Amino acid sequence: MKENTAINAVQLRDVSFTWTGRSPFRLDIEDFSIASGETVLLLGESGSGKSTLLSLICGVIAPEQGDIQVGGTRLADLSSGARDQFRANHIGVIFQQFNLLSYATALDNVLLALHFAPERRGRIGNPRAEALRLTDALGLPDSLVINAPASALSVGQQQRVAVARALIGAPALIVADEPTSSLDADAQASFLDLLFAQAKEANSTLLMVSHDERLGARFDRLVDLGNVAHVERGQAA
Amino acid sequence: MIFLRLAIKSLISRRMTVGLTIFAIAMSVALFLGVEKVRTGAQASFADTISDTDLIVGARSGSVQLLLYSVFRIGNATNNVSWDSYQDIAARPEVDWIVPMSLGDSHRGYRVMGTTDAFFERYRYRGGRALDFANGGRFSDLFDTVLGADVASDLGYKLGDPIIVAHGLESFTEHDDKPFRVSGILAKTGTPVDRTVLISLEGIEAIHVDWQGGAQRPGRAVSADAVRAMDLTPSAITAALVGVKSRLQVFRLQREINEYPQEPLLAILPGVALQELWGIVGVAETALIGVSAMVIATALLGMAAMIFAGLNERRREMAILRALGAGHTTIVAMLLLEATLIATVSAALGTLLLYAGLWVARPYVDAAFGLYLPINAPTIHELGFLLAVVAAAAFVSLVPAIRAYRMSLAHGMTIRS
Repeated sequence: MKENTAINAVQLRDVSFTWTGRSPFRLDIEDFSIASGETVLLLGESGSGKSTLLSLICGVIAPEQGDIQVGGTRLADLSSGARDQFRANHIGVIFQQFNLLSYATALDNVLLALHFAPERRGRIGNPRAEALRLTDALGLPDSLVINAPASALSVGQQQRVAVARALIGAPALIVADEPTSSLDADAQASFLDLLFAQAKEANSTLLMVSHDERLGARFDRLVDLGNVAHVERGQAA
Repeated sequence: MIFLRLAIKSLISRRMTVGLTIFAIAMSVALFLGVEKVRTGAQASFADTISDTDLIVGARSGSVQLLLYSVFRIGNATNNVSWDSYQDIAARPEVDWIVPMSLGDSHRGYRVMGTTDAFFERYRYRGGRALDFANGGRFSDLFDTVLGADVASDLGYKLGDPIIVAHGLESFTEHDDKPFRVSGILAKTGTPVDRTVLISLEGIEAIHVDWQGGAQRPGRAVSADAVRAMDLTPSAITAALVGVKSRLQVFRLQREINEYPQEPLLAILPGVALQELWGIVGVAETALIGVSAMVIATALLGMAAMIFAGLNERRREMAILRALGAGHTTIVAMLLLEATLIATVSAALGTLLLYAGLWVARPYVDAAFGLYLPINAPTIHELGFLLAVVAAAAFVSLVPAIRAYRMSLAHGMTIRS
């Protein structure tokens, strides 16, 4: 485990978020932080508020109160547009499945991440070559990446393209929401190998959410979401 | 530009619904442009029906009515112009030429017009074009007839064929004792002349010599040969086309004919009367434009509905874009771009359809309706219209775009598929 540096990759304090939609709930997080360069597995069943937590960290939704910092930047200080820009530049996101624009090629899907992120784009000389280097390292044949629409790829291949997209331009933080749940056991292991290797190469902090404890051995730290967040369901407060 | 490329690929991936939408808009655009072409073509053809004639003279009635029966062969004259009055006008110093017209009989649904050889010289259409003979020539005999192009082609007449003139417009009594012979067939003009059977003024007189009150006088029939020896100066005509020596004299001559003391007469300026008549016909034209504009509006609403309906299945796409750092404005811009692309392709396709349609239909339309539809490059007006369609498409797509904006606010990065 790395030393806890002065600036945490992610830090939440006294955060409270209320969802007023059809099934209202309230999420409270007193204190949760991830050190820079750390790999953390966040354990939680569905409904434990993990998607909401990830949306908060990514700045897609804003809390009513409390302080969220990513890489030392206070998200509340940013306008909604600036948060979008910040997310693009500093966070790579991998979803459970359906990560890709199905009509576009894998290559375009990867390059699209750079379109919104000038800082990540600035770290790369030739985006196309870099995208192909990454997909190559992730074991995807170039012909498939360049020519085929993403919908023609297998689920495992799509997840690996999502990794390449999250990692291109080396963002400080990778957020992965159950990226292996749609893969079988063998594919899970090789997927995680690749993810870890590439995240390490990019010096990125990794936050992964899963309900599968068995994955924990690879990570620096295992956190049970139940210990960090408190969820209240029912009528909106 | 990666966004344009992605938008195009996204549209292609939904090619069935997008294709149908494009087709619907393209059809509506083609319809609107087509209506516009027909309208301007019709107006031009209409205004070109008669030219180089300074005045049309007839018995006093309305100017539109006089125009209708004298030029368009529609309706009837309420009264005739006496031969004396005609001669009076013809003798006036301002008058350069005058062509008498005698209407009232018909041949198998086509109007018969009695006139003189001067008609072939003086009648002009489409900006000064003179009548041409496709076959044969003018009257050389009392019982010669010259047919308009449509009459000849519809009834299958050729030179030398006999023709029986019927008395009146819808009667079963025929002047069958005095058949005419086709001496000439006119080339197509796109004017009512095409649907006219022309005979000489004397010919009209000849077939009516022994008639009184709509029937032949019993026992006093005059044979076709005997009639040749008779004086066939008519006692009245229906109308006359007049050309003046100097255009400056037109108004004075018009006023003097209108105030002619011996008989109530009316002289009209063809151009003014044509405009007046078009003003009446033009209501239909405005309605036609209104309807085609509504068709476009409907097609654009259909497009908005198509985009709107697609939003639900595209939540994933939007969540992905949001996660990659796309702002709400990007989502809105993406949908506007989509609508603009659809409308641009539709406008281009609609224009192509129009030209293809014109190319195919033009000979038919010209032949069937005498309507000449010019195929020329789109006018500034039409290009402006195409731009307006694209702008309107972007505007109506604001509805689904705003909906998508709200959805991306509410759902954040959660992907439900």
